Amino acid sequence: MAFKGAIEIDAPHCKGCGVCVANCPTGSIRLSRMVNSKGYNYAEMIGDACIGCSACALVCPDSVITVYRVKI
Amino acid sequence: MDIAEIKRPENIVYRKPALITDNVMHYCPGCSHGTVHKLIAEVIDEMGIQESTIGISPVGCSVFAYNYIDIDWEEAAHGRAPALASATKRLCPDKHVFTYQGDGDLASIGTAEIIHACSRGENIVVIFINNGIYGMTGGQMAPTTLIGMKTSTTPYGRDPRLNGFPMVIADMISHLDGTAYITRQSVHTAAAVRKAKSAIRKAFEYSEKNIGLSFVEIVSTCNSGWKMSPVAANSWMVENMFKKYPIGDIKDVLK
Amino acid sequence: MAEKILMKGNEAIAISAIRNGVDGYFGYPITPQSEVMETLMKEKPWETSGMVVLQAESETSAVNMIYGGACCGKKVMTSSSSPGVSLMCEGISYMAGAELPCVIVDVMRGGPGLGTIQPSQSDYDMIVKGGGHGDFHNIVIAPASAQDMYDFVDWGFDLAFRYRNPVIILADGIIGQMMEKVEMHPVKPRRTAEDILRDAPWATTGKTAGRPRNIITSLSLDSDIQEVFNQKLSRKYAEIEAKEVKYIEYLTEDAEYLFVAFGCASRICEAAVDELRQDGIKAGLLRPVTLYPYPFTRVSELSARMKSVMSIELNLGQMVTDVRLAVEGRCPVGFYGRQGGNIFTPEEIVDAFKKFNNLK
Repeated sequence: MAFKGAIEIDAPHCKGCGVCVANCPTGSIRLSRMVNSKGYNYAEMIGDACIGCSACALVCPDSVITVYRVKI
Repeated sequence: MDIAEIKRPENIVYRKPALITDNVMHYCPGCSHGTVHKLIAEVIDEMGIQESTIGISPVGCSVFAYNYIDIDWEEAAHGRAPALASATKRLCPDKHVFTYQGDGDLASIGTAEIIHACSRGENIVVIFINNGIYGMTGGQMAPTTLIGMKTSTTPYGRDPRLNGFPMVIADMISHLDGTAYITRQSVHTAAAVRKAKSAIRKAFEYSEKNIGLSFVEIVSTCNSGWKMSPVAANSWMVENMFKKYPIGDIKDVLK
Repeated sequence: MAEKILMKGNEAIAISAIRNGVDGYFGYPITPQSEVMETLMKEKPWETSGMVVLQAESETSAVNMIYGGACCGKKVMTSSSSPGVSLMCEGISYMAGAELPCVIVDVMRGGPGLGTIQPSQSDYDMIVKGGGHGDFHNIVIAPASAQDMYDFVDWGFDLAFRYRNPVIILADGIIGQMMEKVEMHPVKPRRTAEDILRDAPWATTGKTAGRPRNIITSLSLDSDIQEVFNQKLSRKYAEIEAKEVKYIEYLTEDAEYLFVAFGCASRICEAAVDELRQDGIKAGLLRPVTLYPYPFTRVSELSARMKSVMSIELNLGQMVTDVRLAVEGRCPVGFYGRQGGNIFTPEEIVDAFKKFNNLK
């Protein structure tokens, strides 16, 4: 069974720690070149390889990632 | 299938736990505290025990834990959380009582309180964050600081002749008959987070069985105190902290 | 007629706790008050009223146990003696800062340091003026008999919950150890969970859907918020000072000379007053029952018509500072005391009185 996923990041509250980036098995997250109002390079989803595995959200200390997943 | 179609409420598989408040955490980027708070909030929510849970927060970075998990909280003096928890649980035996303590709090100033709470077999849960350093006061040596590790009070590295040896609390208390479940976990990867959550859930479940104290140590990072990026701190933890503080269950009286 | 039983002051504390619906006692052995916990353990109240009794690993832990118990809105208490109370000062300050009700009994012994195990009143300054770091007051009540020990437990909890403030029963080794007849009042049941929800809505009883989470803390990192809190405490203390001052006078109506003494010293002083009266000297006594709030106004009023006021204490002169503040120079203020666990006789007080007042 294959999955397709997506994540939504609460960018204003992301601290740009990058732990999600290091934990993503599909390379679907990066730290933006933009900064939020706190000055952090917030995380953002890239590409369409996300499988909705939630690894990024599980390790996110600030609970800013919501994960969506559908079977395809 | 485009992303807009996937991002529908019915497809949500992970979101901020219901019992994590909207207060922005004061922790540094990448700090393990936030991840552990989240796991505790999830376990309390999933067990349906919000109304019966009382948390005891410590002194240290997690002094403000009470701002982040939506339960009743008691804020203890430095190291004294197990004393508060002991009385709270004995006076309110139908409650789930847990302390949340760092290594400065639990392993230094609070050694008497934790050891005797373990020894008495208090039916409480202790969450022990071990990052080998004092975070809140600015990165000083903790009892758990590794040999050679640089901190603001061991600027040339911890020297056992000067500073003594790292204290391995979880193993020490495993020899006390009042402890029921002792485990050491981490939260640096998704798999580790899942295991840590199971351990925390087990600890809360054991506290309902009146079989003694359950102790979950989380080997953690303090990237600010360690002066590393959050990702580098996780790698350093795996390479160095895990050697002294290996991950896994140490004691389980029901096994 | 109510039952009267012969018992030690320390035993009266324990029996009173059980009979007055106290929820928990947490303590650590120290002479001269160990009978409090020993009596509780012998009585096994957990089998009757459900009261929890626990021997802690230290006074530090004991006071933090009552901090935890008080957070839950429970009636909790501890007892100790001077060196142990020094260790408890941390917890007392935290409880004052978190506005928690509790009763702490200090059965004073001679100090400083390990000192002696004999009676003393040398913790007056520590308990009345401080009892921990920061800007706060304990409510301090001073028993002078085994009956007081019994009665003050219930009165102490009444004050502690009315003002959400630590209450210290400042006793001494004489009152703790001496046996007297104690009248038992009717038993009060422990409060139910519903009572606690009603009387202590601030307590950590478990967050329910109907209310925000209850957080018991003494922490605020913002100096403006802390100042607002300090001023709130100040208003509370002003109310306590206005409403709760308690003292007992003995032969003060026509007195020309006033003694001020609290606790066991007041009883010895009473005998000294009687002796002086037999000599035709019009002496009287004021015994402060509350040491905080202190009866400044009454001492001040009385001093206006006195030839002198003497503070009689089992220490080097601690309460005398407050007596001087109350007298404000209206008449000479003297002091007589014994230290190190020694106790004065009425004759010694009479001699000191005559010497101070140049009387033969």
